[in-house]
Amino acid sequence: MSGSFSASNIFLQSNINGGRRCAACKYLRRRCSQDCILAPYFHHSQPERFVCVHRIFGASNVARMLQHVPAHNRAQAADAIATEAYMRVEDPVYGCTAIIARLQHEIHKAQNELVMLKAHITIHKACQQQQLQNISGQSSNQLMFPAEVHWDMDDNALLLPDFPPNLF
Amino acid sequence: MTSNPSFAPTGGSSVASAAATHPYPAPASSTSASPSPCAACKFLRRKCHPECVFAPYFLADQPQKFISVHRVFGASNVTKLLREIPAGDREDAVNSLAYEAEMRIRDPVYGCVGVISILHHELRKLQLELSFARAELARYQTGGAGHPADVAANNGSLWGNGSFDMGVVGGGGLMGGAPAAPTGFGLLGGHFYRPSAAGGEEKPGFGLGPA
Repeated sequence: MSGSFSASNIFLQSNINGGRRCAACKYLRRRCSQDCILAPYFHHSQPERFVCVHRIFGASNVARMLQHVPAHNRAQAADAIATEAYMRVEDPVYGCTAIIARLQHEIHKAQNELVMLKAHITIHKACQQQQLQNISGQSSNQLMFPAEVHWDMDDNALLLPDFPPNLF
Repeated sequence: MTSNPSFAPTGGSSVASAAATHPYPAPASSTSASPSPCAACKFLRRKCHPECVFAPYFLADQPQKFISVHRVFGASNVTKLLREIPAGDREDAVNSLAYEAEMRIRDPVYGCVGVISILHHELRKLQLELSFARAELARYQTGGAGHPADVAANNGSLWGNGSFDMGVVGGGGLMGGAPAAPTGFGLLGGHFYRPSAAGGEEKPGFGLGPA
């Protein structure tokens, strides 16, 4: 009897993992059906990946999220969900938003520096134009700046809402 | 498990602040003032106890915040997460969860990871621009660009028309090939940090008047 039971059990298990249960079904201690939506993305060889995802999102939430995504995008979606879950496990307070905040800060710094550099370059160019005029014998004493260049800085310039968000 | 933590939000007790901001009419049968249910308990249709873990962070006037978090993470998972975090950090944790949930709802495939990819790409672009700018400034400062011929040749600048317009970035996701959708731009009302040349074109030999 046990032999026939194990044979039918193997028959029912997903073929995606070579007959073995996926990491999700193994963790949840359930049968891994052939149409298990999690099986393609949570291989049995990476149990910790599903542990993170289950801890943060929950298996049913992840299955639902993947079902709502077109099939050709599910692998990317599962990877992104696993990444977010991992980051949240590593940093329970901020998760991946810590990286977002840091990147936004770095972008603002770089933008400020770029604006200053371009201003300096403009000044240098103007000085050189002045020198050109002097060399060519022109009498203008004015330091000519390119009239059409100005530096717009949007007061509310944000690539994305900064963390903490004020979305609600 | 920690002993009874303080669930008071920053700036006051949850019950008092919730009641003060949005007082619901008290039921006629109640013998004492009933605190208004938090957004979580209202959504879950359950009684909001004074020690409700959600009450300090999901106020009744922000139902969408809890709906998003519940949709992505689930109330029970959020409860477990919050109980593992010191009380002082819970507000930040809730805000970050709300942000992450909102990003995932707006981009069901990439979520926050897509945002990170876009920002990373933007930063790399800026760093490249910075390296060009530093090199050009260094040329001016060392006098390498001081020759009149160099000035005429370089009036176009390394940026062509001199403008710097950060458009929507849509390529190069973390996911290997598939472009991360530009979910941040426009959808969330963000603006571009955009120093621009008003005329758009840096005319060669600017400032030179008629001979």
